[in-house]
Amino acid sequence: MSIAPILFSTLAALVVVLAAFAVFGRRHFASVIGFVAFGLLLALVWMILSAPDVALTEAAVGGGVTGALLLCACARWREIQGVPQPPIVLRIAAAGLCAAVTVGLIIVVLSLPSPPPTLATTAWDSLDVTGMGNAVTAVLMAFRALDTMLEKVVLLLALIAVWSFGRDCVWGGRPDLMFLPQKNGPLTFLAKILIPVGVLAGIYLFWVGADKPGGAFAGGALIAAMGLLAIFSGLIRPPSIENLRLRWALVLGILVFLGVGFLGFAMVGDFLAYPSALAKPIIVVIEIAMTLSIAFTLFMLVVGPAEKKP
Amino acid sequence: MTTIFGICAAILVGLGLYGLIIHPTPLRKILSFNILGSGIFLLFGVIARRGSVDVLAADPVPQALVITGIVVAFSATALGVALALRLNTADQDQENS
Repeated sequence: MSIAPILFSTLAALVVVLAAFAVFGRRHFASVIGFVAFGLLLALVWMILSAPDVALTEAAVGGGVTGALLLCACARWREIQGVPQPPIVLRIAAAGLCAAVTVGLIIVVLSLPSPPPTLATTAWDSLDVTGMGNAVTAVLMAFRALDTMLEKVVLLLALIAVWSFGRDCVWGGRPDLMFLPQKNGPLTFLAKILIPVGVLAGIYLFWVGADKPGGAFAGGALIAAMGLLAIFSGLIRPPSIENLRLRWALVLGILVFLGVGFLGFAMVGDFLAYPSALAKPIIVVIEIAMTLSIAFTLFMLVVGPAEKKP
Repeated sequence: MTTIFGICAAILVGLGLYGLIIHPTPLRKILSFNILGSGIFLLFGVIARRGSVDVLAADPVPQALVITGIVVAFSATALGVALALRLNTADQDQENS
């Protein structure tokens, strides 16, 4: 008997324990730390499930940037007294409902059709047309490019909504993280060494994404994380939300994507259709613009709405 | 292997849903919502892994959907956190007045 099933079961159990810790933990802060650890272990699960692209995105966005966002929120959160805890009857009813959902899903998992339906063959056969070596990037950027473009729109809409939660009197000002970074501390030293390496790694991840695991999302998230590190260590201040260059960087990805989409009418006769000879260069141009926009949008989503007067 | 992680995903969905229902504070609800989402993504991953063929170790279409999903889940989280923090300051102002 091989050791793999034991390792997999242990990992699955650890993931469940960390999720339970994050859900049931008494303090916000401890829960968020549990959640970050959960995200990193989940990335390991994605590797085992032969999904390195998802693993990179999960580690960077799911655990990393989401963790930073929740930690910042914990720091700003002020406990309001007198919030009633749910009564025990409700807890038992909720537990029963959730157990039923879990059992239902387990039954679904155990009775998945065999042989499983798959689009892998179709994707693989059409891969040559796109000039890509990584099937996941080909799906994201060519076969289902419309989804990816609309997702960029969702990111931007979320940012506009987050900005609109700021108070009227500080509109156009800078976001503020509500804590004083320690100047010239060890974190500043770490940031000075790590940021150039991290940004380079982010660019590499995006570039290599055409043929190997990586891509615009993981690369953009890594660059955003480096920007956050620069803020946490006091090296830079968050930009004003009315900064025009920032706003161009935020919309560049969508503009290029839309531009290429409409060019598709002229070149091939359909929206977002690429002529196959030019598919790869076109996709790389979109990805450059997207990586930049994703990096700035994720970064601005974490630092939040304006807090200081312009 | 896919069965083990499939069951793991089902438990994550249950845990996240429970936290989403019972926690009175919005921040904990948002965190639980993320765990619920991770469980659903993991189910996609299991289904993608089952759809492996000779040349590809997993079906790339569900995987691409999950990558899109993770980023959308993050933007929903950021929106929720901003809303919760704004409500929090509004509650505080009310308490102080």
